[in-house]
Amino acid sequence: MTKRVAIIGIGTTGFRATTPDLSYRELTYEAATKAYLDAGIEPKDVDAFVSTAEDFFEGYSIADEYSPDQLGAVLKPIYTIPGDFIHSLASAYMMILSGIGDIMVVQGMSKASNMLTLSELVTFAMDPIYNRPLKESPHAVAGMEMARFMYETGTTREQCAKVVVKNKKNALTNPLAGHGVLIDPDYVLNSEIVSFPLTQMDISPHSDGAVVVVLAEEKTAKSLSDKPIWIRGIGWCSDTPGLETRNWAEAVYAQIAAEMAYKMAGIRYPRKEINFAEVNDEFSYKELQHLEAMRICKKGEAGPLTEMGGTEIDGEFPVNPSGGCLGVGNLYELNGGHKVLEVVRQLRGEAGKNQLKDVTTGIAQSWRGIPTTTGTVVILSN
Amino acid sequence: MEIMEKDVAKTATKLKTQQILEGKVLSVKWEPNLKYAWDNGPALGRYLAELKNGRIIAKKCNKCHRIMIPPRMFCELCWRPTDEWVFVKDTGIVNTWVVSYVDWKAGRLDIKGGVRPITPAVIEIDGASKGMGILHLLDEVDPWKIYRGMRVKAVWKPAEERIGAITDIKYFKPIE
Ligand SMILES: [Zn+2]
Repeated sequence: MTKRVAIIGIGTTGFRATTPDLSYRELTYEAATKAYLDAGIEPKDVDAFVSTAEDFFEGYSIADEYSPDQLGAVLKPIYTIPGDFIHSLASAYMMILSGIGDIMVVQGMSKASNMLTLSELVTFAMDPIYNRPLKESPHAVAGMEMARFMYETGTTREQCAKVVVKNKKNALTNPLAGHGVLIDPDYVLNSEIVSFPLTQMDISPHSDGAVVVVLAEEKTAKSLSDKPIWIRGIGWCSDTPGLETRNWAEAVYAQIAAEMAYKMAGIRYPRKEINFAEVNDEFSYKELQHLEAMRICKKGEAGPLTEMGGTEIDGEFPVNPSGGCLGVGNLYELNGGHKVLEVVRQLRGEAGKNQLKDVTTGIAQSWRGIPTTTGTVVILSN
Repeated sequence: MEIMEKDVAKTATKLKTQQILEGKVLSVKWEPNLKYAWDNGPALGRYLAELKNGRIIAKKCNKCHRIMIPPRMFCELCWRPTDEWVFVKDTGIVNTWVVSYVDWKAGRLDIKGGVRPITPAVIEIDGASKGMGILHLLDEVDPWKIYRGMRVKAVWKPAEERIGAITDIKYFKPIE
């Protein structure tokens, strides 16, 4: 019988467009202090730490070397994953399953406001021979994907705009979110064109913040926590990087990652067996595309469901009740961390005004952003 | 971006420089434009502000009693917020050093032509806890006469030239 692993502590700074008063050190220190307090542990109790950092996002080469201090991980086992927060979560989960230790800590941090040449930085992720000489904006990649997704599923720009309206509204009542606002779909449709059909309002603004999560093996979890949130399934997947050959309509990476997690969790009908989702919505259409990839909606169904209010907080299948990336902000490698945090808050009944009724199972899904085809998924139950 | 002869010369290619320059072989040159504006936060921010004032400030942890520079808002060993700010001296002793014949880009210094080797050093600052100090440069000293434990003092830029940076101290030089 496989061991069971639970999230027993969460901590965050909340998410804001800028955090000029704090360095990355103090951001993570705050999140870590809260997470350890929440879990009832001290750093000395932790068997190993996993941090999440991308050198180019931090502006340091070998950024992982700067991780230990603010986590209380000096002279302790620690390594860094240059991927999504949920990759780090998977790594910590595996360490518990493999018997390396009983208590693991996962960290992620965003200082997106410190990246002054974000567009060039993302362009630098494109192939130097095939792609970069064309000098296309990285947002062209998102626009082309949106166009193909809309074409193949019949999704409309209005439906995508409705995602933006919903998520930014949800963010207004989430005290952790930094980009809440009340707007109507026309505001999105008429906002400045970036890469048509993609407009400025279809794109998540960025945010700073930190998240720290404490994981524990069943016995330890039960002794430390009266509301452990169990990891039921976890998955990750990467498609080919080629902009020439990838599937432009479907998020296959999300589909395969989700199926991996469903299999582990014993879930056959995700729409029925899962109550709500926090999915990556870095661009409005991504929320719809990811829902369809993960079989929560049928192909072409996510747009109409959203239009009818089915994914609202009081809808039949709430999606991004936290406000998502559109309402909370794009946190880059921390995106998955925010999703996990919000699913845990919901399952614990700690989501305040955005609390969903009677939820027992939620799914957190993330994507590494353009130009990647890498996705991660984790299924959590209370 | 145009490919220059010097760019090609640095590569391990077996191709003739001329073949690349004449465009007989595809080559791509890309200089990334990556700019960051790191927020210093209260600890490093105050440290730099005090350098501009010509002073070195540390922060104390009242649990392990360490006086730490560079200062930090939390003690990474005790896992608690740090306590008082304390000024330390701008003097100290050499912990370790090197006599460097190369610069930071691995370029050779013209030592035979009379260029002084660069002498980076870690200086344990008077007033800070043992082992805590500043990584800086030594100068106004014969590179071959530096020794472990040598007493040194900061040589500051004039006040009007200081900007709140580690380079507000030009270098450390021997005292006595
Ligand atoms: Zn201490």
